[in-house]
Amino acid sequence: MTQTVSPRRDLRHEDRSAWMPLALVVAAWIALYALNRSLWDWVVHDVVGLEAGSNAGDAVQFFLYDTVKIGLLLVGVIFVVTVLRTFISVERTRELLGGRRLVVGYALAALLGVATPFCSCSAVPVFIGFVAAGVPLGITMTFLIASPLVNEVAVVLVGGSFGWHVAGLYVATGLTIAVVAGVVIGRLGLERWVEPFVYETRLGAAALAGRRRSWRERFSIGRAEVAYILRKIWPFVLAGVGIGAVIHGWAPEDFFARYAGADNPLAVPFAVVLGIPLYSNAAGAIPLVEALHAKGVALGTSLAFMMSIVALSLPEMVLLRRVLRPRLLATFAGVVAVGIIAVGSLLNVVL
Amino acid sequence: MKIKVLGAGCANCHTLEKRTIDALARIGSEGSVEMVTDYGVILGYGVMGTPALVVDDTVVLSGRVPKVEELESILTAVPS
Repeated sequence: MTQTVSPRRDLRHEDRSAWMPLALVVAAWIALYALNRSLWDWVVHDVVGLEAGSNAGDAVQFFLYDTVKIGLLLVGVIFVVTVLRTFISVERTRELLGGRRLVVGYALAALLGVATPFCSCSAVPVFIGFVAAGVPLGITMTFLIASPLVNEVAVVLVGGSFGWHVAGLYVATGLTIAVVAGVVIGRLGLERWVEPFVYETRLGAAALAGRRRSWRERFSIGRAEVAYILRKIWPFVLAGVGIGAVIHGWAPEDFFARYAGADNPLAVPFAVVLGIPLYSNAAGAIPLVEALHAKGVALGTSLAFMMSIVALSLPEMVLLRRVLRPRLLATFAGVVAVGIIAVGSLLNVVL
Repeated sequence: MKIKVLGAGCANCHTLEKRTIDALARIGSEGSVEMVTDYGVILGYGVMGTPALVVDDTVVLSGRVPKVEELESILTAVPS
């Protein structure tokens, strides 16, 4: 290890000075979140004078309120999740998954896929690292599917927009899709469609064994991640909320219900296919999906659209092509797409 | 100091490369920075989370892009 480890007393002192500013930020966050709606009601309707119920009034109020709400949720969630993730590593996850074959392995892979810190550009090294170390192909795929599909940012935004029971449904169905898709790929015995160099890769000993981090360090990693992600996604968020606001204000009440209501069985497959080339992150997709749902798109269809946008993306497929032969890549995309369609259709029937 | 940035060419990897060069300049250290994009080599270091930073064949960082200040302290801590 290259960094000098500070004595315990210093660590504890550092920790205390790290928690204080955090408490202030948390208090400010809660106050803003609680006052958000009334603040913009007052500004838009009373100060600016756009009437509640008018097209422009509704659109502007929705835009301002939603931007602030999503911004606050993003900051909170990314920070908490990133700090929690400083306790987990991909290497540790692989250790946990090694040598497991039964359903338990798949379930664990799905959960760890959600919890492990890992960006989509690491998909290929993670794939090689898992498979070459002997983690079964199906379990590896479950991990790689669950990671983008059940996205912590999406969970919170779905909860904030559709209610927490819908967020629960999203998590449960997303994990199920990941497990089933992995089991299917595992059963099909597709190992021969993995590029051969993967099996020939020699893995170095796991680098960077656990080092004690101070809370200050974890918070600083969390803060950096919040800044980084917000900088990356704010155009998507504004575009998503903007389109959402227009739909909110001007699209006729049942505009989409005629075409994409629960009674149209083709709506879900159509939404999923539409979502594959649409590459956005959850933060941009959800305001759009929320507005579509408000104007009559069935809930199952809306969720399927969102899952397809976040889980199946062309850039990631191009990356994965390096390690998966076309037939396996197509199987992967096909199985996940079918899973999302099945879940969306089922929710449309049940709800 | 021989520094390698491991990563398959994603935006994060280039950011890390840039910041590493900045950090080197700030501490006034002589060092070469090389991008490594070959997956075989990357995994040879036991790294799965990219981007990662290797200094004189020791992995000092993986799976995130720290600020320049943190990179400075990581690089100064390396015994040379």
